[in-house]
Amino acid sequence: MVWFKRKSQGLVPQKKKDMPELWVKCPGCGEIVYKRELERNSNVCTNCGHHFRIKADGYVNLLLEPDSVQEFNEEIAPKDFLKFKAKKRYSEQIKAAIKKTGQKDALISVTGTLAGREVVLCVMNFEYIGGSMGSVVGEKIALAADVAMEKKCPLLIVSMSGGARMMEGAVSLMQMAKTSAKLAQLSDAGLPYISILTDPTTGGVSASYAMLGDVNIAEPGALIGFAGARVIKQTIGEDLPEGFQRAEFLLEHGFLDLICPRPEMKEQINRILDFMCADSPSSKELKNGSVEANKLTEAKISPPVDTDKN
Amino acid sequence: MQAFILDFEKPILELEKKIKEMQDYAATEGIELDDEIARLQEKSRKLQEDVYAKLTRWQRVQLARHPQRPYTLDYIERIVDDWVELHGDRAFGDDPAIVAGMGTMGGEKMMIIGHQKGRDTRQKLYRNFGMAHPEGYRKALRVMKLAAKFNRPILTLVDTPGAYPGIGAEERGQAEAIARNLFEMTKLPVPIIVVIIGEGASGGALGIGIGDRVLMMENTWYSVISPEGCATILYKDAGKASIAAEALQLAADDLLKQGVIDVIVREPIGGAHRDFDAAAEMLKEAVLKELAPLQQKDAATLVAERIKKYENMGFYENYSRQSA
Repeated sequence: MVWFKRKSQGLVPQKKKDMPELWVKCPGCGEIVYKRELERNSNVCTNCGHHFRIKADGYVNLLLEPDSVQEFNEEIAPKDFLKFKAKKRYSEQIKAAIKKTGQKDALISVTGTLAGREVVLCVMNFEYIGGSMGSVVGEKIALAADVAMEKKCPLLIVSMSGGARMMEGAVSLMQMAKTSAKLAQLSDAGLPYISILTDPTTGGVSASYAMLGDVNIAEPGALIGFAGARVIKQTIGEDLPEGFQRAEFLLEHGFLDLICPRPEMKEQINRILDFMCADSPSSKELKNGSVEANKLTEAKISPPVDTDKN
Repeated sequence: MQAFILDFEKPILELEKKIKEMQDYAATEGIELDDEIARLQEKSRKLQEDVYAKLTRWQRVQLARHPQRPYTLDYIERIVDDWVELHGDRAFGDDPAIVAGMGTMGGEKMMIIGHQKGRDTRQKLYRNFGMAHPEGYRKALRVMKLAAKFNRPILTLVDTPGAYPGIGAEERGQAEAIARNLFEMTKLPVPIIVVIIGEGASGGALGIGIGDRVLMMENTWYSVISPEGCATILYKDAGKASIAAEALQLAADDLLKQGVIDVIVREPIGGAHRDFDAAAEMLKEAVLKELAPLQQKDAATLVAERIKKYENMGFYENYSRQSA
């Protein structure tokens, strides 16, 4: 039927309905996936293995036993010490970000147990001004390293950031120096530092603590690099190769130890920490296939997107 | 080479030209013009004082990028004896955007590392405009470790528009190379003095910029992003760089206030490009002055104080750092 006759026939096209909350479209494969199932699989698409971006507490729950978790230094807040004026004031951006995320800045630091072993965990939040690193992020990482040294336990940092926070000028650049200095101190104390790189980890964060792990682990497909793709394109005047600055590219070039799907992350980290530190009773349990471990490995990660489907 | 003149330099240079003409005229014609010349010289001095006392941040950026400004090797030529340049990172190649070598300055043997820009087109390309690749940072680290082995202090001269953003640079781990330098420089058991001699752009600058004392020459800039980069993000217009420079507060006195640098090194009036020899002497004097007290300290103290120095950088709300 020709379209202009539809109305007269009483055939009105249905108004496009918003997708119900229960379902989400996977940006990786275009499939509509059931949200519950997605959540059960640590927000990894059961069809194509696409890793949905998750919030900071998502990683805390993924890696640590929930009852053991205790946040520290959550009160440290950013300051607009340069009175940075742009279209929006930095002070306004801070307010908006706090309201949006419920966090004072782009990183949370917690203590807790990973398979029974005490660890210090820092997780970045991309929703807070692009996960950018300013004074507070630097300070919280420095203090987290101090806690790890005090407790003689491993430090884990989950990175997710566009880089240093421009609105804090050179002081934000110095946070690269500060965090790296503290990691050097931690390393000298013989304590493990595991860097977990998620999508995206770029700029000043990749050029400091994210690349300095005793072991660097990335999530599949995560964007990781120093310079932004747009800047590189402008500089060299040509298109960038496929897969450029993705986790797989970095693994190939020798900058990651492994790429690990999110549902297997805890188990892998536990194995690595087992190698590095003294055993804890429940960590053995996890390794030998306790209930929890089985649950963790249940999720299947299928090979990359089947393009025929679209 | 034809002189490159910035807008705000013009009236001064015109006046100087006039004085020169008058002096020549007086000499050739045998006329007594001393009073007149002295009057103009006084006027020129006042004008310079005036102009350079109230330079905007953007004008500082322009001076830092002045094409006739002395670069690392210009300084080395003037204030370093027995210079032996060292090449290569022992893994991939040699990066001409960073020079490194051993030398003696004022009787002190030291390892010197610096970004190097080129003067003419061919040199600029060869030096890649002072934008280093990962192998440059790795070469720097290699020679710094050499300095540590032989217990010699390290001097780094920072002058870069940024670490090179290219495919090869990413493939060879630009981020890792810079991160590794930050990590390793923290632990070096010898004094490190850093001087920003021109442009200090972001991670590319910091990659050789961890030190016990960080100095900044008067007409330089140092920040987390270039004014153009910042303007592109803020206004989608790199042409608004002068506004971005103000917002970033990237000049030497700003950074001194922010606690990022320790000392401002004065330059000859009008900027380092007006007098290479004088600028080099001022740099040398400042470096030796800062180095002396550091050489009294043992390695453990140096490293502990270095970590403390960086720990203390940052501004917060509802919180102040407790010194342990």
